[in-house]
Amino acid sequence: MASMNSIRDTFFEECEELLEALAEGLQLMEAGEHDGETVNAVFRAVHSIKGGAGAFALNALVAFAHRFETVLDALRSDKIALTPEVMHVLLRSADHLADQVESAREEREVDAEATAGFLTNLDACLGEIEAPPAPGSAEDEDPCFGFAAVSLDFGPIEVEPAPVAEAPPDPAAPPGYQIRFTPQPALYANGHDPALIFASLADLGALQVTLDASALPDWDGFDPAGSYLSWTLRLATAEPETVLHEIFEFVEGLCTLEIGPAPAETPMDSAPPEAPPADSAAASEHANDHTGDPQAYSMVSPGAEPPPALPDPAEAQALPAGAKPRRDARPAEDDGASGGPKPTLRVDLERVDRLINAVGELIINQAMIEQSILDLSLPTDAEVITHVEDYRLLARDIQEAVMAIRAQPVKPLFQRMSRIVREAAEATGKSARLVTVGEATEVDKTVIERLADPLTHMIRNAVDHGLESREARLAAGKDPEGTIRLQAAHRSGSVFITVRDDGAGLNRARIRDKAVSKGLIPAEAELTDAEIDNLLFMPGFSTAERISNLSGRGVGLDVVKNAVTALGGRVAITSQPGEGTEFIISLPLTLAVMDGMVISVAGQTMVIPIASVIETIRPGPGDLHDMGTSEKLLSIRGRFLPMIDVAQCLGFPLRDSDEAPLLLLVETESQTQCALIVDAVHDQRQVVIKGLESNYGSIPGVSAATVLGDGQIALILDSEALTSNRSFTGHMQGRSFPSSAGVAHV
Amino acid sequence: MSDPDTRSDAEFVTFQAGGQSFSLDITHVREIRRWSAVTPLPHAPKEVLGVMNLRGSVIPIYDLSARFGLGPTAENPRNVVVVAMIENQTVGLLVEAVSEILSVQRSQIQDTPDIRSESTKQSITGVIPIEEGMTRVIDLAAVIQSRGRQAA
Repeated sequence: MASMNSIRDTFFEECEELLEALAEGLQLMEAGEHDGETVNAVFRAVHSIKGGAGAFALNALVAFAHRFETVLDALRSDKIALTPEVMHVLLRSADHLADQVESAREEREVDAEATAGFLTNLDACLGEIEAPPAPGSAEDEDPCFGFAAVSLDFGPIEVEPAPVAEAPPDPAAPPGYQIRFTPQPALYANGHDPALIFASLADLGALQVTLDASALPDWDGFDPAGSYLSWTLRLATAEPETVLHEIFEFVEGLCTLEIGPAPAETPMDSAPPEAPPADSAAASEHANDHTGDPQAYSMVSPGAEPPPALPDPAEAQALPAGAKPRRDARPAEDDGASGGPKPTLRVDLERVDRLINAVGELIINQAMIEQSILDLSLPTDAEVITHVEDYRLLARDIQEAVMAIRAQPVKPLFQRMSRIVREAAEATGKSARLVTVGEATEVDKTVIERLADPLTHMIRNAVDHGLESREARLAAGKDPEGTIRLQAAHRSGSVFITVRDDGAGLNRARIRDKAVSKGLIPAEAELTDAEIDNLLFMPGFSTAERISNLSGRGVGLDVVKNAVTALGGRVAITSQPGEGTEFIISLPLTLAVMDGMVISVAGQTMVIPIASVIETIRPGPGDLHDMGTSEKLLSIRGRFLPMIDVAQCLGFPLRDSDEAPLLLLVETESQTQCALIVDAVHDQRQVVIKGLESNYGSIPGVSAATVLGDGQIALILDSEALTSNRSFTGHMQGRSFPSSAGVAHV
Repeated sequence: MSDPDTRSDAEFVTFQAGGQSFSLDITHVREIRRWSAVTPLPHAPKEVLGVMNLRGSVIPIYDLSARFGLGPTAENPRNVVVVAMIENQTVGLLVEAVSEILSVQRSQIQDTPDIRSESTKQSITGVIPIEEGMTRVIDLAAVIQSRGRQAA
């Protein structure tokens, strides 16, 4: 049972990939950049889903995929044209197919009514052309049974009925051999397997195997240990005959073997033996069109490109023409077609994470060793110092390589968003298209997963509220179709994801009014444009005042912000009246390591992300200016910047030294600068980020922790939270722990 | 299980904190470690001493004595940290000494008497009589959640 479940899991995993391929192909088709192969790829994706679904008796899914596939097939054979209407139906059907797969995975029932609606739309696409299915063709049967892809995976051997018709005779084919191979019972008794021998032969070139099972007796006289089968093999290879003999070396004397040159062009299997099919599945499925057909199998060695194909006229004739398109799309062929995807390895994520953890420990261990050696005060030319340096570089290499395993392109995530745009556009009656840039940008898998919801929300918002109605856009002299631009890029150790609409921009007066009416800001508050824009992210700003199927502008934007913050990222917003609004999410490249500056604060060793530090300053007495009762300003290059005492922010005992403090000039996401007061700066190094959340909880001003070379834990400061003084204080008031009052009165 | 009167069905690790005996269901206990220096956390309640490095994991250390209002645990080389796990959360409890592993029947655990301190009552699920008096069975979730309660 367990193995069935794991097969089922694999099926759904594959479905995900197939749906991605489907979305990708449809996207190309939508953009008009497709060719025949694109449509084929789309067809194959749907077909493969159908095939897998058939195996799990997911009948609703099979039926829908089948109809979908019929339309794609008609499209492929130019029976219908790819009009915008058809394109729309295809896209929506792909969405629905994804829904159905999802439902099947969760073992839910699909909304039959919705399915019926999509089916009607699909049928409408076929319109006048021959009402599918064509009589007598495979489509005529119940889709569950009509499907013919039983792909048996025998390692390198693809046992499939020979692909015919697509393999024209190749005059340049290397000379071949015809081999007649009849094993004796002793061959099997000695543990030899003809399939393995054939596989070795297939490594030499295209191999065609024809089984002669005519010697099989009736069951009455059947000896299970006997040998009744013989094969005629045709191998197209330039290798000398001796190589073939080497392959048969171990079975020599255990079989009757005849090796001769292949007869040119003679259809060797024109006289079909009365062979009962060896493969019952293949038999039932081809019973109609294979009557009397020899069981012809073709083995194409994976490396042989292009396969020096051997014609098989007999088979080609035996096949009714109607069955041909079906066979083109066998999933087993997907691997060979179009160069095939890069080989990949499916690995349990847990194993990767275990590796990542171990590498994290390695980095710490490396730092400890380095520290110990440093403490020995060896001469700088000591050999061990060179070794330690090498060790450090190696450890970092390993770490980077391991982290790269977790990195995944944002493409699937972005592709999902095109669906969101479609749905949102449909719901609001606007026309919108999604333009994606930088799909290959790689981001940590966890980031991608946790970004899906906030991104969905922002995309919906952008369509629903960012874009104007068609009429308004026309009136403003814009393209009536709005554009949502979704972009990913790596920049200075961060990943930037931007969502930009070309709508009307934020209505700041309205936002401000709303914030006042919600009591979020005092009526007389003077806010800059940027501050007004940021009101959208305030919890409580969202309002049900605007009735919308999707979302009100601002609804849940605080949730978006929280989700991004939880990933260690930031959200910023910019808007130009009449030109649109842009949300910028910046995220750390990885959740596991960071370049940090090691500092001391209130006697504690801490780490601050190096990305935020501009410079370190030891100010002279004249550079410091009092401001009010407790605040100090730093004057630097003609500007005055606020100074923030980190120890005070963290609630640690204050320093009472008279010496001038050491300052870290930091810059925040919103480009404002300020100076952090620290005790000392020690070192810059890469640190492994260890979350505090899971075992403890979040701490204002601290983003995470790390383990230093001496095994001690150092806190990683959240420079953003420390510097955005206002929000930080607010945060603290909300979350501070007033003198452990809860336990004091025991 | 067939004979509940003679067979114990629960095991507790008992330890001393603030001069009193406490115990924790052994299924929560992962290991006992010697005390090592911790890194203090900002804005932490006083029973949270800081975080410790447990083979690469950052775990918070709670001073059990301080948690029950018995004053901070005095520094002593005999102090140990009981590393405990609840759900996916790993924490350390600083105690003065681990005494023994107690095998009892669940029926031997008495409900916490009606005491005045709400906080203590919520963190103690019951008491078990032992030779030297009794041991207090702590509710690990409640002990470490005190932080969240105060924050709210």
